[in-house]
Amino acid sequence: MNLKLFSPREWQLALPLALFLHLFYVAPLVFLLASSFQPTPGASGISLANYLRFFGDTVNLKVLGDTVFLGIQVTIACLILGYPVAYVYANAPAKWKSLLTFLILLPLLTSSVVRTFGWVVILGRQGLINSFLQNLGLIAEPIRLLFTHQGVAIAMTQIQLPLMILPIVASLAQVDPRLAAASASLGGGAWRTFWKITFPLTLPGVISGCLLVFSLTVSSFVTPSIVGGGQVMYMPTLIYQQAVVLLNGPFAAAVSAILLAVVLTVVFGLSALGQKSRAYIR
Amino acid sequence: MSTVSPTQLTKRSPRESTSATATHIDRFSFIGLIGGISAFSLILLTLPTLIVLLASLSSAQTLRFPPPGFSLQWYLALFNYPELWRATSTSLQLAFWTTLLCIVLGIAASVAMSSSRARWVAAMDALVMSPLALPGIAVGLGMLTFFSTIGWRLSLVTLVISHVVICIPYVVRTTLASLTQLGQSLREASTVLGASSTYTFFHVTLPLIKQGVITGGFMAFLSSFDNITVSLFLSDARTEVLPIRMWSMIENDLDVRAAAISGLLIVSTALLMLVMERVSGLSKFLVKS
Repeated sequence: MNLKLFSPREWQLALPLALFLHLFYVAPLVFLLASSFQPTPGASGISLANYLRFFGDTVNLKVLGDTVFLGIQVTIACLILGYPVAYVYANAPAKWKSLLTFLILLPLLTSSVVRTFGWVVILGRQGLINSFLQNLGLIAEPIRLLFTHQGVAIAMTQIQLPLMILPIVASLAQVDPRLAAASASLGGGAWRTFWKITFPLTLPGVISGCLLVFSLTVSSFVTPSIVGGGQVMYMPTLIYQQAVVLLNGPFAAAVSAILLAVVLTVVFGLSALGQKSRAYIR
Repeated sequence: MSTVSPTQLTKRSPRESTSATATHIDRFSFIGLIGGISAFSLILLTLPTLIVLLASLSSAQTLRFPPPGFSLQWYLALFNYPELWRATSTSLQLAFWTTLLCIVLGIAASVAMSSSRARWVAAMDALVMSPLALPGIAVGLGMLTFFSTIGWRLSLVTLVISHVVICIPYVVRTTLASLTQLGQSLREASTVLGASSTYTFFHVTLPLIKQGVITGGFMAFLSSFDNITVSLFLSDARTEVLPIRMWSMIENDLDVRAAAISGLLIVSTALLMLVMERVSGLSKFLVKS
């Protein structure tokens, strides 16, 4: 009888996908990196010209700074707004859960252009906030909300919020409710129990939420380009502009490589923290 | 020595009541703050969607909120907009082929990954999941550079290839989750009873991981249908996709017809979600995975 239950060839089932990703994902990224060392479009040779140009120009440095700042702002806002929702979800009775699921998932699953469009309607000159303030007589002229960094940050927070909530819900579900009960019976107040017991135990979820929100915020294109309207520039818009409008592929590749480096630094940093927090829980 | 004096007794009770008040303040401030912030967040989450729906029914000629009256004029205006329907059709074809390819490649890889504990599994997992975190705009630009270097012309094929890379993480994640829950005992039983591995796959494994595959396929379909950052580089005039058409409608002149398409998309997403919840327990995978 053949006790080898899985034929040694089973790993070959992963080969098509592995080949596909190496050919159409890893290779393009390598090509991108290589082309960022091209001095000018079409020229041959290797140089650091594009990187020197990026870091030598304060305008570009401001774009990089604004992008990282936006990522940090949106991540913190999502954490403050998202954690309570996840907490309520985890403690909600079953009949409320399906409604909450729907409210959390619908914005996640609707198209990102549609969600951004909603913010144009809210923040626009004749939008919700302006007509509300005008009707109250607080302002005479519509105030400018679109095309500002704060407008982009607000819209991005709403758009990324579900991605913070979901991982926290998953890690709250793994916290043993008896721990909170034990803390309460030993005299721990609600706040103390939360900060000493619940929150530390959900750190892996918090970290993976922050990781997702940060990396998707700094690499998002649609919302910053529409809500920011070309007035506030972020890295993805700069990449698009250089590659498609100005046809400077090598410089766009260098900007992409810098953005990739920022994202990877944050991803590895937070993952290391995540490993530590997981070890702490066990 | 252990006698308790009357003064001590009277002294104790006010202290107890202050601590009880403190406990109440502690509890109510906690519940109040958590409840207050969640109510705010849930309104924030839902508001833009509701507002787009209401704005799409506006009778005004420009985009304003609140609308002065209601009419279906913007939905009717969509009928005379052939570019939009072409873009929608391209997007649907693209999402269909992407999902199909993701499911085939994804199931095969997941089966292999779940049945091995070798070191390559972790590397494969990182490779498959990384497109979720890396900037799509960089991936798109890289693919454009790559395809033009090897001399492939942009077409639906190159678009599908790029979308598979972006969408594969969803299928692999939910399929792997199903396979892990399933364990290996049923598959082992089937093999021990003499079934070939192909028979076992189609008659045991696949029916049992169906829900995960359907959920992953649904997520892959939606994210392909919604993708802009990669499509921006890999689609041309012949293969224009819906989100890019909508993006330029909003970006350039704030065409109010965009509200009507948005309305259609919101309603169909909500309906699809309800259907998927029935069929595959969508929320089970998204909320608990």
